[in-house]
Parts: sequence; C-alpha cells; structure tokens
Amino acid sequence: MTGLPGVPPTSGQGEPVVVVGGGQGGFQLAVSLREAGHEGPITIVGDEPRLPYQRPPLSKEYLSGAVTADGVTLRTEQFFASRDITLALGAPVVEIDRVRREVVLGSGERLGYAHLVLATGARPRPLHVPGSDLAGVVSLRSLADAEALRVSLDGVARVVVIGGGFVGMEVAAAATRHGHAVTVVEGLDRPMARVVTPEVSDHVSGAHRASGTTILLNSAVRALRGSGGRVTAVELDTGELLPADLVVTGIGVLPNVELAEAAGLRTGNGVVVDERLVTSDPRISALGDCANYPSVHASGRRIRLESVQNAVDQARFVASRLAGDGQGRYSAVPWFWTHQHGSKVQMAGIPVLDGSHVVHGDVSAGRFSVFRFDRSGCLVTVESVNRAPDHMAARRLLAGDRRPTETDLVAAGYDLKALVA
Amino acid sequence: MPTITYIQPDGAARTVDAEHGSTVMLTATTNDVDGIVAECGGNAMCATCHVYVEPEHLERLPAMEEDEDEMLGSTASPRKDNSRLSCQLEVTEELAGLVVRLPETQL
Ligand SMILES: Cc1cc2nc3c(=O)[nH]c(=O)nc-3n(C[C@H](O)[C@H](O)[C@H](O)COP(=O)(O)OP(=O)(O)OC[C@H]3O[C@@H](n4cnc5c(N)ncnc54)[C@H](O)[C@@H]3O)c2cc1C
Ligand code: FES
Repeated sequence: MTGLPGVPPTSGQGEPVVVVGGGQGGFQLAVSLREAGHEGPITIVGDEPRLPYQRPPLSKEYLSGAVTADGVTLRTEQFFASRDITLALGAPVVEIDRVRREVVLGSGERLGYAHLVLATGARPRPLHVPGSDLAGVVSLRSLADAEALRVSLDGVARVVVIGGGFVGMEVAAAATRHGHAVTVVEGLDRPMARVVTPEVSDHVSGAHRASGTTILLNSAVRALRGSGGRVTAVELDTGELLPADLVVTGIGVLPNVELAEAAGLRTGNGVVVDERLVTSDPRISALGDCANYPSVHASGRRIRLESVQNAVDQARFVASRLAGDGQGRYSAVPWFWTHQHGSKVQMAGIPVLDGSHVVHGDVSAGRFSVFRFDRSGCLVTVESVNRAPDHMAARRLLAGDRRPTETDLVAAGYDLKALVA
Repeated sequence: MPTITYIQPDGAARTVDAEHGSTVMLTATTNDVDGIVAECGGNAMCATCHVYVEPEHLERLPAMEEDEDEMLGSTASPRKDNSRLSCQLEVTEELAGLVVRLPETQL
C-alpha cells in the first residue's frame, strides 16, 4: 500500500512541493517545510479567498464577538512572502494529473509538483430532511459561514441547533449568551456521546441547562418547516414542532476526498495513508481532517481525527519527512479542547468506547478527570474538566512507551505527575 | 496606543503598536514578529507562545491562571521565573511599554 518500492516519499531539495488546502494543516506544512530547509518552491493552493485562518474560534471567541476576522487569521501576507511561500487563494484544485505530476486549477492553470500534499479538510455533513434548503438553515465550517452566522444571530429570537457535537454545543453556548432562546436537538442519549464519557457530557449539559439552553435528547428531526422560503420551525419525528428563526446544523463532517478519489488514490472515510502519512501514490501525502491513518494510540486501528493538534503535528511530520530528516511512523499523542460556559474540557489520547473508565476529582464542583482504559486495562484517554495539571501530565504519560493501568494509577494516588517522573 | 517591544535571541529588537483587547501573542503574529508559533491559537494548550518578560515589568502583568502555570511546565526552552505564555497576556493600558524576550526555540 505504501506504493512503488524504491520511490522515496521525500522530495529533492530544489523540487516543487504543492499543498492543496490553505487551512490549519496546509499552512503548517508550508511553514514547517521551509523551516526544515527545503529550498524548492512551496505553493499553497486554497479554494477559500482568504489568508489561512484558524477554525476553533469560529464557534467560540469569534461568535461571541471577542475576536474579529483579523484575530483568527494565522499570519500576514508578508509572513508568507518573506518565507517565499506562494499563496494561490480562491483557487480550487479540480484535478490531480498523477502521470504528468501536475494539479489543475479551476482556471485551467497547471502546476507541477515533485511532491503533493493533500490537506483538503472536511465539510459539514448535509442534513437530508425536507426543508433543509430553506433560508435560515446554516452550518459552520468556514469564516464565511461564521460571518453569516454572526449576522443572522442579530435580530432573531429562537435558535435551534441540530446535533449536540462539539461545534453544535459551542454554537449553542454562544447563542444563549447572546440572549437567544436556544434548543439543541440531539439524536443520542447525551451530547458529544461519540467522544466523551457520560460524566463529561453530564457536566457540560448541566452548564448549558443552567444557562437556559434546552437540550432535547433521543430526538430525531423529521423535517424543517418554513414560510415564504424561510425556516419557521423544526419538526421532530414525534410530530412536535420547535419554532425557530434560525437553524444551525452540526451533525458532523465529511472528509473532502473527491479530488483524491478521482485521481485513483485509495479512499475510505478519508484519504487512506500509511503510518508515514503517504497515500497509495508515493508522491502524494495527506494530512489533517481528510486523512485516514493507522494510529499507534489506537492499537494500529485506522482513524481520522478532526483537531488542530492532528493537523499541525501531521503537517510537521510530513514536512520533516519531505525534507529528508524525519523517518519512522507518525505517533504524536492526540489532544483536543472545548470551552463551553466557562468550563474548559481537555482531552488527551483517542476515545475508546468499549473500555472501562474511572472518575477522579470533584465532579460536583466541576473539577475532575476521567481516565479511560482499553480492554487490556491500559490507559488510553484522559478527559479533564478544569483540571489542566492532569491534562498536561496525561499528554506526557501517553507519549511514553508504557501506559499505566488502573492499578498503577491507584497506587500513585492518581498523581499523574508522579507517574510521568 | 500601548507599544510592546520584542527582543529576539540574537538581540534584535522591534517595537510595535498593540491594540487593546488583543494579546501579546496576537500582537506579535499580526505584526510579523518572529519567534512565536502559537499553534493552539491562544488557548493555553500548546506552550509555543512562550516569552520571558523583562523582570522590571513582571509586576504589571495579570496573575497567572492554573492552566498557564501547567503549560509553562512544557515549554521547549527552559522555564524561568519570568516565563509567561504571551497568549494569556491581554493588552491593556497597564502593559504599555512592555518588553519581552523570545526564547531560543518554541518547539
Ligand atoms: C467551528 C469549528 C470549531 C472547531 N473547534 C476546534 C477546537 O476547539 N479544537 C480543535 O482542536 N479543533 C477544532 N476544530 C477542528 C479544526 O479546526 C480542524 O481539525 C482543522 O482546521 C483541520 O485542519 P485541515 O487543514 O485538515 O483542514 P481545514 O482547516 O478545513 O482546511 C482545509 C482547506 O482546504 C480547502 N480545500 C478543500 N478542497 C480543496 C480543493 N480541491 N482545492 C483547494 N482547496 C481546497 C478547504 O476549503 C479549506 O480551506 C474546529 C472546527 C470548526 C469548523
Ligand atoms: S498559543 Fe498555545 S499556549 Fe499560547
């Protein structure tokens, strides 16, 4: 699967590297590759018409008004110019010509590569119910989406968020703080169920409810109702109608794999890469939200993560491999955070759903950590609620060769730092 | 408008205008000051925005929260008594004239 024997997944010093996607991962790849000493041309081709920016604040500080569009932009134009990184923005790549080693832009222009990096990210999963094309039904992925959402939030009263994942819950928190009446509709029995334990879901739900957000669980949306082309209500499968001036859908994302697929690369819940993040073509790597890779933190199982850490660390790994100084497999410890109603939830490791877990700390005071173990009893994930010390220690512990068991944790009195030392 | 001076490890200094409500980290990245990586975007999650504050300015800074304190335990360059995460330092009038030194490395 790692391609032709004898073709190294590195790039020669003077050779051109092209990155598709000017998001968190594409930005980091270009910067790290230059820092690693690559002397050839580096071009970022991105379909969004603006400088690379960060997405996490879009559902947090940007929505609440604490930062502006400038505040989410990663670096200035001069920054790229001074590093001789070419930006082709507002320019979608429509085809990869693997035989000629060129990408084709929407304008028809062709750009040659010695190595190509796919950092195409993901897009919101569309809601397939009648009425989902009504005005006033939005999703949140890009800065343009966030700008539109911020404008829409002015002058409406009732907001329904469909999907209680991280983005949906963060939007609900921001909208509630704006003074709106907010209802979250979640299909499972608790929010963020695919990623965090019930204890963390409960804590976060409690904070939302205390702030006045309504959370409906085990609820499915049957249709969106409208009048004059604008949404007016969300209809649940029980027939219940939730009046709504604005509907935000947050039901997950789909990786952007179409370009890779059309080029004949292996795909399947993302662009399939090996442990070095190389696709089925040794001249093409993939990273970030669009990449499906085997993780040492999941016993070699294939996963696809959607986080800043994942995009940044994978970009650094690929950059150093392309520059010829990094070998081996990608093995960075995953971590993630979310802020909702003043609670800071931090996660280290990959969530496992079939293992056991123990809670340590003061749950009622909202300061605790949850330790998750895999079936062999080894620690795989630590979720911390307002417990930064546990989170930091967990990141170091999980990077080590030997992961502790529950017995080890008990013996150490849950002092993670003692175990790291 | 308050100004902030950034001194690189080689001694090169640059003074830039800082906007109220911004941070010492953002002021650097929006003004092309080298030496700040800030990969988590200011969430006290990455420790790649580490700075050494000139000791005489330390007193003027806001107190450190627990997460900043923890994160400073993971900096790539050694933590010192005057280490801070620049993303946690909001620009206010009190910070006017602040001088910070950048570490050898953030990674
Ligand atoms: C609202 C929101 C909140 C988030 N909050 C957090 C958080 O708190 N913590 C966290 O760790 N993560 C968070 N994330 C996730 C994080 O932002 C992503 O994991 C990260 O941006 C992934 O980086 P990436 O480079 O893989 O993809 P992206 O940043 O999505 O960049 C991909 C880019 O490629 C472009 N592109 C796609 N196809 C083409 C093409 N054919 N030609 C040219 N360009 C193309 C896309 O338009 C996009 O600009 C959040 C995401 C969102 C949307
Ligand atoms: S920017 Fe990440 S800790 Fe400051």
